[in-house]
Amino acid sequence: MNAWLTVLKRDLLLAFRRRSDVATTLFFFLIVSSLFPLGIGPEPAVLSSIAPGVLWVAALLAGMISLTRLFAADFADGSLEQMLLAPQSLALLVTAKTLAHWLVCGLPVVLLAPLIGLQYALPNNALLVLVFSLLLGTPALSLIGAIGAALTLGVRGSGLLVALLVLPLYIPVLIFGAGAVAASQHGMSAQAHLSLLAACSLLALVLAPLATAAALRISVE
Amino acid sequence: MLSAQGLACLRGDRLLFKNVGFELNAGGLLYVLGENGSGKSSLLRMLCGLLTPEEGTVFWLGKKIKQDSENYLSNLSYIGHLNGLKDDLTALENLQIGARLAGNHVNDAEALASLTKIGIARCANLPVRVLSQGQKRRVALAVLWLTKAKLWILDEPFAALDVASVDVLAARLGEHMTNGGMTIITTHQDVLIHAQTTQTLRLSA
Repeated sequence: MNAWLTVLKRDLLLAFRRRSDVATTLFFFLIVSSLFPLGIGPEPAVLSSIAPGVLWVAALLAGMISLTRLFAADFADGSLEQMLLAPQSLALLVTAKTLAHWLVCGLPVVLLAPLIGLQYALPNNALLVLVFSLLLGTPALSLIGAIGAALTLGVRGSGLLVALLVLPLYIPVLIFGAGAVAASQHGMSAQAHLSLLAACSLLALVLAPLATAAALRISVE
Repeated sequence: MLSAQGLACLRGDRLLFKNVGFELNAGGLLYVLGENGSGKSSLLRMLCGLLTPEEGTVFWLGKKIKQDSENYLSNLSYIGHLNGLKDDLTALENLQIGARLAGNHVNDAEALASLTKIGIARCANLPVRVLSQGQKRRVALAVLWLTKAKLWILDEPFAALDVASVDVLAARLGEHMTNGGMTIITTHQDVLIHAQTTQTLRLSA
């Protein structure tokens, strides 16, 4: 547990020292999701009908562009080796790193989402569901993304490769996430979608760190 | 304590070495020698368990290192040719994080004391980014004054160090072996290290 906290604190401290990296993710989300209203026009009915999908895709891409940084720096300076040699379960340390990634790249997107939702003329209850769905779904994005980041470690052009590996795996999360917001827009209960999203995140929490740890061991060889 | 049998290393389709074996006991020092590219670093990484041997096995206290890896890793301190330091953290932070990951909780005073030993205390609060190669190396090596590990595996620890630091480190290694520790080291420099037993392993294809 001690080592787990050490890794979490270390990654948060590093993110704090390199605030510009965090800002990049947020601004990416902000800009991508602002481009659609500009391109499509200010028709509230159209905007609110595309909002769930667009906002979820923007959140997904924002989380993904920061994925390549998850292990790459640690790999390059050798601190990943030291993590592999720590007398703790590597999968556990991976959860600490992934949690740090989510706190730095996922949570700010969740908090910013209602503000962006306003430009899409989303009603209040849909905004609330949007925040909830992102809160439940984005951890799964970080966890699954970590597998891709670990697999492509040290590979040339890893950024694009991560996208190809990870985006297909994001599809269920995208469907349930956008589905939840769309359901609430149509006056239906979003509960089923939200439960499935939470299930995705829980399943990812159990399986993804193990897969990530195995991928890291292979990449470091 | 640590023993290896019939180790072979294949990188790509090139055989770096085969049939490498040794036995290292308390107080023992093992030099791994060989030309550049002869597989010294690969051998050290194999002994740590970072690299899976093509053939052969590494044993710690008679058990395969993968079988009882938690026990083995808590007895192991490895410093590779990468320093494992984060550029944006200070020397002190790096040292404390490294020690905590290895399972030793160290406070500021203890960490500072070990930086003093290797003569780099005045850089303790500088980000590692601004330090020179030799200074970074010293920050990485400072962990040797904090670790309780019995087995030290050091890849070119003397590289980039100045003469005074080489002597300090050699003395620390000697002290470790006097206390019944073990060290495996690669080096191209001629440094005198006192040990109860000294072995040499020369790698050649």
